Amino acid sequence: MTDTVAQGTAVAKAAPDTMAWDSGLRRLMMIYLPLGCFVLILLFPFYWMAVTSFKPNAELMNYRDHNPFWISSPTLAHIKHLLFNTAYPHWLKTTMLVAIGSTTLSLIASTLAAYAIERLRFRGSPYVGLGIYLAYLVPPSILFIPLATVVVQFGLFDSPLALILVYPTFLVPFCTWLLIGYFKSIPYELEECALVDGATRLQILRRITLPLAVPGLISAGIFSFTLSWNEFIYALAFIQSGANKTVPVAILTELVTGDVYQWGALMAGSLLGSLPVAIFYSLFVDYYVSSLTGAVKE
Amino acid sequence: MSVTTLSSPALAQRQPNWIVRLFDYKPFLIAMCLAPALGLLAVFLTYPLGLGVWLAFTDTTIGRRGIFVGLENFQYLLTDPLWWNAVFYSVFYTAVATFGKFALGFWLALLLNNHFPFKSVLRAIVLLPWIVPTVLSALAFWWIYDPQFSIISYLLVDVLHWKSTNIDFLGSPWPARFSLIAANIWRGIPFVAISLLAGLQTISPSLYEAAMLDGASGWQRFRYITFPMMMPILAIVMTFSIIFTFTDFQLVYAITRGGPVNSTHLLATLAFQRGIAGGELGEGAAIAVSMIPFLVFATLFSYFGLARRKWQQGEAND
Repeated sequence: MTDTVAQGTAVAKAAPDTMAWDSGLRRLMMIYLPLGCFVLILLFPFYWMAVTSFKPNAELMNYRDHNPFWISSPTLAHIKHLLFNTAYPHWLKTTMLVAIGSTTLSLIASTLAAYAIERLRFRGSPYVGLGIYLAYLVPPSILFIPLATVVVQFGLFDSPLALILVYPTFLVPFCTWLLIGYFKSIPYELEECALVDGATRLQILRRITLPLAVPGLISAGIFSFTLSWNEFIYALAFIQSGANKTVPVAILTELVTGDVYQWGALMAGSLLGSLPVAIFYSLFVDYYVSSLTGAVKE
Repeated sequence: MSVTTLSSPALAQRQPNWIVRLFDYKPFLIAMCLAPALGLLAVFLTYPLGLGVWLAFTDTTIGRRGIFVGLENFQYLLTDPLWWNAVFYSVFYTAVATFGKFALGFWLALLLNNHFPFKSVLRAIVLLPWIVPTVLSALAFWWIYDPQFSIISYLLVDVLHWKSTNIDFLGSPWPARFSLIAANIWRGIPFVAISLLAGLQTISPSLYEAAMLDGASGWQRFRYITFPMMMPILAIVMTFSIIFTFTDFQLVYAITRGGPVNSTHLLATLAFQRGIAGGELGEGAAIAVSMIPFLVFATLFSYFGLARRKWQQGEAND
């Protein structure tokens, strides 16, 4: 009897307590303030990148007379220098080529693999799936040295084709797992209907499964594109001549010269190199979030 | 759907073609479907992995085939203070950065799990550091850590007057080590936060309602509901994070290249310096191979995390 009374008062106490938690100043202090700090810190490097790339050199090196957080006389000089005095457009083109090539290759390979593992179900298919998943856990850092010798053996050293062929090693495991998840969500009955109607397996894949898995394909595609755009260590190890470099590598190895760093040009290069993925990202935010979280939950 | 049922009888008419029948023969089809993916992985992942282990036992250099030298490379590494230094910093870097990423990332996930306006916009913005090429944001950090024109020094010295001299972020070992860890945490928070947010959203609100009826405080709800329910996803995300932090390369290579006086070398950057830049492929491969025990440990951690997940979900879930 006393127990129930005590519990009753506890609940009565708890209710106003949660009300206070949810309201007013407390909410501001506990949610909006820390959230604001997080956003500020997470975005500041990009702001700083953007501000630096439009600042004239005089302002860049003089914090006494100019407020460093603002630009008094914005200039396009750094971007002009980048576009016309360096091979930047060429690097962009190479990066785009590599990203699109490796994305296409890994999408085709992983769609077929995921279909075989999830829908053609054979003895040992879970083990093949597990093997592909384990491949995802092998980081590029322990592979790049032997891979460099393999690339040389194949005569692909210093060629973008090497990157197109090598990037699928980390793209295929990821895409396959993502697509297995998507194929699982498509009712098998649809395929059975088609089988009964006399369609071949490949027709089923092309006409039924793939159209239904389009969101999954988009997720896998944009993810692969971003990952291959951002890849660094293989591109650094396998490409030597300045013209064939990808943007991240080229900025670090070609633009960082001498003792005086061209911060304006460096930041302009970083900004331009980030823009394609950032734009791509903003168009497909929901796919990114779903593929990121889907891959983790799988 | 109706289109398929209508057109398929017509398609079945054309069936007798032997190629079509071959592709409908299941074992052949399975082999054809798996061939591209497994072929790529075998040639560019499994083979190099084996080759890497083999190279670690040879004295190969660029342009010269090596001969088998047994454990010589590893014996040399054990006496090499730079390698020990890299092992120490790799472990330290991984431990501190993972702790920071998860503490802050979990906090951010809990914040984002509240209801407020523009939530999806905010979620999109938060992921930006993770989307942008790491090397390019690392360059921004390099500029932020500049000895003369660092914006942080400017804030502390000229605006807030907390310090009298500029901070030398990258000039001496310990500040450089912590500057790199800060940059790594900055890059890692979004991934952790968004993955954990997805986990948070799967926790049934009825659990919290039940706990509140029993008079659980906010902390108790976190400690006895949120945290245990998040354990499986935490284990997985943490394994990934540990593996990719331990083998990190880009940040260190872009910001310090292992300097000052080799104090910030991770095993990956040391392997690159010895193996590719220095040409000692055998020794570089040995350094890379020496990372594997740590990675195996992290993967086992993931396995047991997954096992616990099955047990937690019970038989109701598949």
